[in-house]
Amino acid sequence: MPDIRLTVNGAPREGRCEPRKLLVDFLREDLTLTGTHVGCEHGICGACTVLVNGEAARSCLMLAVQADGAEITTVEGLMRDGKLHPLQEAFREHHALQCGFCTPGMLLTALDLLRTNPSPSEDEVREGISAVLCRCTGYHGIVKAVLSAAAGA
Amino acid sequence: MKPPKFDYHAPVTLDEAIALLVRYDGDAKLLAGGQSLVPLLNFRLARPAALIDLNRVKSLAYIREHDGQVRFGAMTRQRAIEFSPVVARRVPLLREATRWVGHLPIRSRGTIGGSIAHADPSAEYPAVLTALDGEVVARGPKGERTLPPGALFETYLTTTLAPDEILTEVRLPAMPEGAGWAFEEFARRQGDFAIVGVAAAVWRTGERVTARLATAGAGATARRLRASEEIVERDGLTDAAIEAAARRASELVEPDSDIHASADYRRHLAGVLTERALKRARDTARA
Repeated sequence: MPDIRLTVNGAPREGRCEPRKLLVDFLREDLTLTGTHVGCEHGICGACTVLVNGEAARSCLMLAVQADGAEITTVEGLMRDGKLHPLQEAFREHHALQCGFCTPGMLLTALDLLRTNPSPSEDEVREGISAVLCRCTGYHGIVKAVLSAAAGA
Repeated sequence: MKPPKFDYHAPVTLDEAIALLVRYDGDAKLLAGGQSLVPLLNFRLARPAALIDLNRVKSLAYIREHDGQVRFGAMTRQRAIEFSPVVARRVPLLREATRWVGHLPIRSRGTIGGSIAHADPSAEYPAVLTALDGEVVARGPKGERTLPPGALFETYLTTTLAPDEILTEVRLPAMPEGAGWAFEEFARRQGDFAIVGVAAAVWRTGERVTARLATAGAGATARRLRASEEIVERDGLTDAAIEAAARRASELVEPDSDIHASADYRRHLAGVLTERALKRARDTARA
């Protein structure tokens, strides 16, 4: 089985797994980072979205072996010095989550959206987060949270 | 919902990748961005003996201007195309179409070569390749050949590429200065595959009008609408000529019915979207 060495949330990590293991399963099972959620497992729901070398990507559509040498950011990597990331604060402030299942994917998708478009319009935010499905239908609060995080940045 | 077992290879050169294809003799799949292939693996609809991952073949990712064309290495990410100043300036139709490709996290992995080689008829890039009359380069153990879209796309999810060939480059002719363009698409949700999409470009050379039109999602492959183009090339970009071209588009397409839409509805959409795309292309064109 291949060895994998990668950086996850700033720390070097390594593991060994079959080539067919999906990145999301490697993160959850081998690295016990269960913040990244497994939803549809075919690239539709967006719950498993993480940052790969700074860009949002579905971790159910990548093999763990493909992440060898990559820098991965998961939801566990957003807090700094025990404080929530400003985007997480905005989600709390604007009731941008109910059950929380989609939240990790929403946060990492929104982070990448704001990186490439720091002051998006409401339409652009809606288009950006359309990459992630929220089954509590809480989109209104999520849009408000992303807009408020952009304004505060 | 987990992939079946396969041998995994991550070559760093094209020659190694081709040698692996030869070795597996049709039983290997090339892995590009993985945004279509990995779901097929997860569902176990695809069970290749081996995956040959092209993501470490660095020589396949580039955007270059060459001889009136913009040339894309097959592994160029859709996200790189979306933000490329060369694409925005020289093939703005491709840039607009890219905004319709899946979602942001799909485009950060998905590639131009993968999308075209996958040959999903409802995908945007095959329609742009067809509208702009571009070509692709394929390389195999016997050498290299170039194919126009008509010689590449065979039917649903099927190309004429040989099992030991790799699509290495996509070439699009640069659009003339002042050309207008539009990519119009209808899908039920943002980011879904098109039920129907229409790529349009128009430009004027003196009095002469040139029009380019192709559909996505309205048949087994992307389809060039040459007879519709001829109507506006002959009669000019008037509302009446555009409406006639749109009616002709509905007649030209050969859609099938499926779970997403009936053939009649797709035919109707082909007309509506052709009219919208041509009008917007006309209105953004400069003399």
